Amino acid sequence: MKDVKVECQRLMDWQELAKGCLIQEAATSRHFKTGDWRSLRPVWDSEACIQCLFCWITCPDTSIKVEDGKVVGIDYEFCKGCGICAEICPPKASAIKMVREEK
Amino acid sequence: MKILAKTGNEAMAYAMKQINPDVVAAYPITPATEVVQIFSNYVADGEVDTEFVAVESEHSALSACCGASAAGARVMTSTASQGLALMHEILYIAAGNHLPIVIALVNRSLSAPINIHCDHSDTMGSREAGWMQLYCANSQEAYDSIPIALKIAEACGVPAIVSTDAFIISHCMDRLEVLEDDEVQKFIGEYNPKYFALDLENPKTYGPLDLQDYFFEHKRSQIDAFSKVLSTYNKVAKEYEKLSGRYYPAVEEYKTDGADVAIFTAGSTADTAKEVVDELREQGRKVGLVRMRMWRPLPVEEIKAALGKFKAVAVMDRSDTMADFGGPVFLETRGILYDLDKKPIITDYVYGLGGRNVEIADIVRVYDEISEIAKTGKVKKLVTYLGVRGEE
Ligand code: SF4
Ligand code: SF4
Repeated sequence: MKDVKVECQRLMDWQELAKGCLIQEAATSRHFKTGDWRSLRPVWDSEACIQCLFCWITCPDTSIKVEDGKVVGIDYEFCKGCGICAEICPPKASAIKMVREEK
Repeated sequence: MKILAKTGNEAMAYAMKQINPDVVAAYPITPATEVVQIFSNYVADGEVDTEFVAVESEHSALSACCGASAAGARVMTSTASQGLALMHEILYIAAGNHLPIVIALVNRSLSAPINIHCDHSDTMGSREAGWMQLYCANSQEAYDSIPIALKIAEACGVPAIVSTDAFIISHCMDRLEVLEDDEVQKFIGEYNPKYFALDLENPKTYGPLDLQDYFFEHKRSQIDAFSKVLSTYNKVAKEYEKLSGRYYPAVEEYKTDGADVAIFTAGSTADTAKEVVDELREQGRKVGLVRMRMWRPLPVEEIKAALGKFKAVAVMDRSDTMADFGGPVFLETRGILYDLDKKPIITDYVYGLGGRNVEIADIVRVYDEISEIAKTGKVKKLVTYLGVRGEE
């Protein structure tokens, strides 16, 4: 899948739009960052992580970043702060802590 | 040319057979049941290649139609009255997504009280949904209007309703001239939508959330698609005339030359009124008839040109707006005529609700009253309920 460069777009006039709000390319949700209304932020501890990938498989927003089969961090541009990853993380690891989001 | 004897429902089903749509999803409802029942026989007998989807309600019927149409199929269905009311939510979804579905509809009153006979309250109640609307005066016109509507719908990305009057047209046997199947096929052409959901090479999203920043623009572009329907209609109707010899203008004038007054009405009543006009003309009365065939989009200029020349016009509305100000055709016609410097006095006759028969005498009375108005310039009653007991 091609990576789409995100740019801040000018709002288009009605004449420029595809009929019926048709979206003509795939994976456009990448353009639309939805992680900015989180109140709790998951913080991942790479040292404590045992790489069980439970968090990755249960995150409802595919926001656990994985490279070469290993967790490498959290995608805060999409993470909603639901806390499922922290909840599912095995107690002996407890590698994800939820902290209050401060802006 | 083949001549058959068919009812309105049979005529519409026959037109659907000749179109041979990819998908028909439908649910039966009186008095339109026969349309899909007959069509399902064509499917069972292998006379069409259509995928027939039997569903559990009209809401589902039109939803299935939307899915199929978005996928790129040529899609039709049929319904009436409560069925159209149950489709109401999906009417907007089809139109907003520019899905050119065609409904072969039979106009029937809406409950309550429950009734199965003709009036126009079902389609009039859906006139803001974004569907082209054609009201037919007889079976021949209904048969001819189905391929015409389909061609316009697909060209403009606007869905369409073709309607007949319950029982008066839907169940009455009439003489029908039909085209050959291949003539119909050639006329409608192949359907090749520019965008379709089953295009696996170019995946697309249909019907996404559209909030404050774009919803209004998309609605504006929908209205723009609608603004091209009338000119497309005029072209397609001419093309159909070449093929069949039958021409249906969006607004039809009948013996309006030299007339002082006219009735403006739709559906089978217009055909009855023509008989009355013939009789009154023989007596030397200056009366004419204008028939409303297309009511969405509104053929504004055609209506101005047709009605602007009279001294008095009576609209005959087969539904009411419950605005205590008459029927929808009356209200919108008044709006259209407002800009004219010289305009006719216009009054409304709401008639025929729930299939109440409209007699020759009723129509003569309307002509008498508007002739009086034309003479005196005085309107005694703006809105009259014609043929209801307890009213003058
Ligand atoms: S907090 Fe929720 S959304 Fe964010 S990474 Fe964890 S599971 Fe995913
Ligand atoms: S659930 Fe916890 S231990 Fe397992 S991969 Fe995720 S962060 Fe690491």
